[in-house]
Formats: sequence, C-alpha cells, structure tokens
Amino acid sequence: MPASTRRAAVIGGNRIPFARANGAYASASNLDMLTTTLDGLVARFGLAGERLGEVVAGAVLKHSRDFNLTREAVLGSRLNPATAAYDVQQACGTGLEATIAVANKIALGQIESGVAGGVDTASDAPIALNDDLRRVLVKLNAARTAVDRLKLVGQLRPGQIVPDIPENSEPRTGLSMGEHAARTALEWGIGRTEQDELTARSHHNLAAAYDRGFFDDLVTPYLKLTRDNNLRADSSVEKLAKLKPVFGKGPDATMTAGNSTPLTDGAALVLLGSDEWAAEHKLPVLAHVVDAETSAVDYVHGPDGLLTAPVFAVPRMLERNGLSLQDFDLYEIHEAFASVVLVQRKAWEDPRFCKERLGLDAPLGAVDDAKLNVAGSSLAAGHPFAATGGRIVATLAKLLREKADTEKKDQRGLISICAAGGQGVVAILEAKKA
Amino acid sequence: MSDLLATLSNTGIAKQLGLPTVPTLRRHRLGDPLLAGPVLVASVGESRFAKAVTAFVEEQGVPALTAVGEDRLHGVVVDLSGARTLADLAAAQQILTPAVKRLGPSGRVLLIGAEPAEASGAEAAAVAQSLDGLVRSIGKELRFGATANLLVVTSDVTPAAIDSSVRFFLSARSAYVDGQVAHVAAPVGNPREPAEVDDPRAEEQPLAGRVAVVTGAARGIGAAIADTLARDGATIVAVDIPAAGEGLARTANRTGGTALQLDITASDAADRLLSHLADRHDGVDIVVHNAGITRDKLLANMTSDRWDSVLGVNLGAQLTINEALLAKGSPLHEAGRVVCVSSQSGIAGNRGQTNYAASKAGVIGMVRALAPRFAERGATINAVAPGFIETDMTATMPLATREGGRRINSLKQGGLPVDVAEAIGWFGRAESGGLNGQVVRVCGQSMLGA
Repeated sequence: MPASTRRAAVIGGNRIPFARANGAYASASNLDMLTTTLDGLVARFGLAGERLGEVVAGAVLKHSRDFNLTREAVLGSRLNPATAAYDVQQACGTGLEATIAVANKIALGQIESGVAGGVDTASDAPIALNDDLRRVLVKLNAARTAVDRLKLVGQLRPGQIVPDIPENSEPRTGLSMGEHAARTALEWGIGRTEQDELTARSHHNLAAAYDRGFFDDLVTPYLKLTRDNNLRADSSVEKLAKLKPVFGKGPDATMTAGNSTPLTDGAALVLLGSDEWAAEHKLPVLAHVVDAETSAVDYVHGPDGLLTAPVFAVPRMLERNGLSLQDFDLYEIHEAFASVVLVQRKAWEDPRFCKERLGLDAPLGAVDDAKLNVAGSSLAAGHPFAATGGRIVATLAKLLREKADTEKKDQRGLISICAAGGQGVVAILEAKKA
Repeated sequence: MSDLLATLSNTGIAKQLGLPTVPTLRRHRLGDPLLAGPVLVASVGESRFAKAVTAFVEEQGVPALTAVGEDRLHGVVVDLSGARTLADLAAAQQILTPAVKRLGPSGRVLLIGAEPAEASGAEAAAVAQSLDGLVRSIGKELRFGATANLLVVTSDVTPAAIDSSVRFFLSARSAYVDGQVAHVAAPVGNPREPAEVDDPRAEEQPLAGRVAVVTGAARGIGAAIADTLARDGATIVAVDIPAAGEGLARTANRTGGTALQLDITASDAADRLLSHLADRHDGVDIVVHNAGITRDKLLANMTSDRWDSVLGVNLGAQLTINEALLAKGSPLHEAGRVVCVSSQSGIAGNRGQTNYAASKAGVIGMVRALAPRFAERGATINAVAPGFIETDMTATMPLATREGGRRINSLKQGGLPVDVAEAIGWFGRAESGGLNGQVVRVCGQSMLGA
C-alpha cells in the first residue's frame, strides 16, 4: 500500500441527451447507450486505443443478458480492449457510487485513470417470465427423459404467460417512490408552490446552460437528439400550477408530473485520473474528489422517509472534513422530486430534527438558492436512474472550474443523491484556482 | 447516388452502347508507390529542376527517361523555367507530342514554367504565359484519367521548394486536380528540406508529428479531410457544431484524434478553439477551414437570415479565426499551414447561390490578402476550390443537374471527398512553404468558371 493518498481528479464527462421513456431512445438498449456514451468520451479526450485503469458503471433496470454490461460496453468501444470493467448497482446512487469507487482506487494509487457512470432505459426495460412459468421451464431444461418432459409440458397454463413487468416500487412497502416522497412531503409540510418554483428554476437553469454552450463539451448528441427532451425552457410556476397531482391523495396532494422526474432513458460517464495522468495526456483537471459518504435509513419500520438518507450522510461527511453546510460555493441536490430537495433543506434548517436525529447542537442551516443546481438538475434533464450521478459529477466539476477560473479562488461543491431502498450517496468536489 | 455511367464504363457496356466512357481514376492508398511507371524528364533552355526530378523519380524505383521509347509513360515532366523564345516553345512541343501519345491511364503531365512577371522582355513573358494555355489544352486532350498541370516558379525557387508539389502532381494524390496552375515562390519562414526518400515513414506519412484542426469534420468532405490527414500521419482535432457531435465523435475515433464540439460562429469560438489547441496539443500546425453551409434561394427571394448564416459560417468565422491565429501568442506553429475550402461556385457563380458564391469568392479574397501576413510568421494560407464532388449533398440534386455537373469536366466524372483532402494535405506539408496565397481547383478541369 502507498504511504499516502492523493485526490482523484475529475477530468471531464460525457453524456447523451436524456430522453423521456418510450420516445427518442425507445429502441436503444442499455448497452447501445453506454457504448455510445463511452465512445463520445473517448473522442472528446482522444483516448482511442488507450488502456484505462478501469471502467465502472451500472444500470438499475437491467436485462439478464446485461450481466457484464460495462465490460461489454468497453469491448464495443474504441478504448483498448485490455481495459478492465465491472458493474455496480446502488439504485439512483449508482453513478456517484461508481465515481467514488474509481476515485478511491486512484486515491490509493492502484490505478491512474478510470471512467465511472451509468446508464438506464425505462423504455427497453427487462420483462421477466412469470415465476410459475420460469420454474416449469427450468425443470424442463433439466429433465432427462421424454416422459418427464411431457409431464412438465402438461403443467403449462395460459395464466403463466403474464410476464413480470418491473415496477417503480419498493419491494418492502409496495409503494412507488412517488407515493413515498408524497408521504414525506406531507410530513414536512412542503407546499405545492415551492415545489413548482424549484421545478421552473431547474428548467430555466438547464435551458440557460445549454444556450451559453455550457454543455458543448459535456453532451454528445444521440439518435438525432441534441438536448434533453424533457427540458421546457418556457416552464413557469403558472403552467406547472395547472397540473393535477399524481402522488398522494386528497386536497393535501402536491406532487405532479411536473415537479416529479419522468421515467427517462440515458447514459452519463465521467473521466477521472491522477493529476499526473491528466498532465501526461494534456488533459484539464476540472476538480478533485475530496470525500464521499453513503447512508441508509429504515424507511420500512422507522420514522424516516424513503428518500431522506442524504439528510444523514451530509452532516457525517461535513464533520469529518471540518466544514459547515455553508462552506460550499455550489450545491447539487438531485431532484428526484422537487419535494425531496425541499425536505432535505428543511430538515437541515430544523433545530429539533438536527438535535434529536442528527445529534447536532445547532441546525446545519440554509442552502442558498442562488448556489443550488445552477445548471439545472433532474426535474428538467430527466432522471435515467444510474446515469444521474455521472451527469451531476461532470456538471458540478465544470461549474466549479469555471468559477475558480473567473473568481480566481478555490471552489467547493456538495453533491447529494437519494436512492431507492432508503439510501443516499453524497460527495464533496473541490476546484483549485488556476 | 452512384455514377451509373462509370459503372457501365467499368463493365465495358458503355462502349458497346456507344456512350462516352468514364475512366477509373487511380487514387493514392497508404503503402502504394507514388509513381506507377517510367517518367520522361526533359528540359528546354537552362535546366534548373530536371536533375532533382530525375533523382526523385529514380528513388521511387521507376526509370527516369530522357527520350520517349516503347514503354508506356506514367508521367512527363518538362522543365520550361528556362524557356525564353518561340524556338524554346517549339522545342517543348517536340518533346510533348510524342510523350502524350505514350502516356498511360491516370498519367501525369507536369510543366514547370517561369513567372511571367519576372520575365525580361516581351517574348520571354509571352512564352512563360503561353504555358498557361498550353497546359490547359493538354488537360482537355488527355484521356483515361490523365491530367496536366503547371507549376510557375520564381527565379529564386530551389528544387527543394517544389519537391512537395512535384510529389503531389505526379502521384495519384492529385487524381482530380487537372488543368491547374500553382505558383511557387521562395518558401516562407525557415525552408523545410524535403524528407529523405530512404525514410519510409516520411514518404508514407508526410504529416507525421503535425497537429491538424479540421472544421466541419463530422461528415462529408470534412470527414474525408480528417481521414486523409490522419492517414498521412497528422494528429486530428475534429471540430463541428455541437448538434453534429455524434458524427464528429465517429470521425475523431476513426482517426485516433479528438472531437471538439464548437459552433465556429459563436462570439467566443476563436478563443475556445485556440485555447483548446494550446492546452491540449501545445499548438497547431495545420488549420483546415472546411465548415460550410448552403441556404440556396434565388436572389429575388433571398432573406437576410439565409444570407447572414451562410456568410457567417463560410466566411465570417474564417476571418475571425484567422485573425486570432495571426495574433501575438497564437498557438499556430512556425511552418503553420492554413487551408481554406472555397468552391467552384465562388469562381463561376451558381444560380440560387448568391450567398454561397459570395462567401466562397470572399474566401479567395481573404486568402490572397492574408498570405503576406501569414508569411511574416513563417506560415502560409491557401485555398482549394472543389468542383463537383460526390457527397450526400450532390446525391440529392435533381438528376439532370447532377449528370451535368459530373460530365462537364475533362475527367468526365465527379470527384471524391478524398480528392479535396489530398490537395489540402499537399498544402499542409511543412515542405510546402513556397505555396502561399494560392487557389487550386479540385474540379477535374471543370468548364465552369475556367
């Protein structure tokens, strides 16, 4: 083991425009999207034929044939086929968790470079065989005699044709993420208007970032799509107010298709490396990965909401780094639902919660609106589950680099991503002034 | 759209039907010898270049002949830089007449003449100028894909200064360049000696170690330019608008280069391009201004946005980037080569293309104006003007227009994107410092605008 560690550099990223499910990428598979995104990254950084330390990525909705998805993407790409790869899966935390995995190996000196991220398609979703049918077919495959086979064929029933379609719901509660988020929003008294305001701001910020060419070196068009097709540049609180709630019940329901992310297809990757590797390849260092933390809450039996785990991860990470919540120049809080962002902020501002649940003497305090998701986030871009982390890391790293260059001082950014299963992944990035 | 007549020609059917036949042009491929057979090397008057050309031909492993024999000739090079009198011109005719009879398919006639402006006396000037008419007529008479071109040299030009041009015009790299006149002067900056011929890498990869930016590289001619310059050893920085990023990534990965998504008409485009080149590549050697758009409309129906977008992409962006390349501290290396893509439309004009033709003619004016300024820093700027090139754009033309475009040139066919790329590679060589402010057409000696 090396005597000391180093911080992994975020060099850049690439993603394809995100597409609402069953639309532009309806016929693209996870492998298609991941390979194309990898090739776009290879092209941007001139890595054709290069052997990287490793590529780590994953997908949440995955076909059984995609058991080695990331390695297959590497083999289909222009990278040197001697580049190793593995899959990870931590629901919506996948992309950031993959980034942390690669960054940690770089920090330890085990590798010099790597690519991290993820892909998801809600269009080309895996539909599984009905369990009854599957059991019969497995036995049929194992049967040795014709008589045995005939007996098993006799067990086939029409009802077994009904497939198992993946659902966007928690296995332990049977509730969808939206229903869980609606419960938490109600509990924290999150209003409709503040959710719609956050949503409109996300659309406006993303559209403005596109318009100023911010994504010119972060996004590569795919299948004729040049921008995320969920983006509504003309979104407004007034328009959003007209939408009917889709999660929650009765007059208290506040969550609509507007202030919730849609099912989305897409892929995003980040290029990481040591400073030395970046310099050797004449590549820029946008920012460094400083620290990361994961957390989980008992949303099944405990008092916490499904998507509230980052609330707990952030203070632990801040304490370890001797930082306050206000020591950040930019914040990227994943907008799974507008209410998720608002709950996190409210919890950190709540003295009682911070004392009783986070064990803090004083509340963490407020997150400045002007520093939050300044280039838009998932409500506008869409949220292909495993791709979101890569999108956020590359976006934040570039934002920090721009600010560090223009303001001529170091910049620090916080990432917070909630994930299914009651989990959360958070991280700190820093950009040094040039 | 494939060329049906060319297909019929290849299978011999065209001849049986009494249709004109379309020759198959020899084109350069990596590893191919430059010369396909013996070359006649002759001179009239004082011989300045025959010795060097002879040495070059022999080093390619083919005989350099001093007289026409029974063999089929790959090429004919006549050094007429010392021709001063009508008697000298008559001597040239005596050399050329038997030689063209022996010229093989895709053969090459290359004349080297003196700069008329430097001639002392009317007769010498007339003789120098006469080569212009002579070579253009030879081009129209030659058959089976053979071409004729003229190098006009000033009195201070050394054999080394025309080496890269001789290689270009005698080889299959100039397949679709016909009836052209290129002027060579003393090289700008520190002259680069031609590569040692016994260095196979230098011969096969004349652009090795050079960084080349190609705008509009996602597809079509731009993609072919990237491929060809990469084949010749250059490191490619492929540039195109962000919306064309998918094709751009393919070009970059195919050539082992990098993709830069950039709208060259953006206000900060030159800044972003040049800082990218400085940071990522330690500078640039070759800049190919290829990006171009058409927004065709008759002038009577022209709108200002059609006009502005065409002039902005095809000319405005080139002007801005060139100024940035000329600025102090620019990443353009010494022996830098800027090559602009003009068009036959800019020379001949074209119905429905007032905006496009104006922009492409403007490119020619820009190249001539900037040549002395680039020369001051040891760099050059030149233009290629493609004629009818087979691309996605020409494939969508109406049949009659397309057939017309293909046939009204000496080679009786459209060119390929690679033909444009080869000419750019010739200008791009460090040894091509004697070529500056030149406009060479890649048009198979089209009759339009000639």
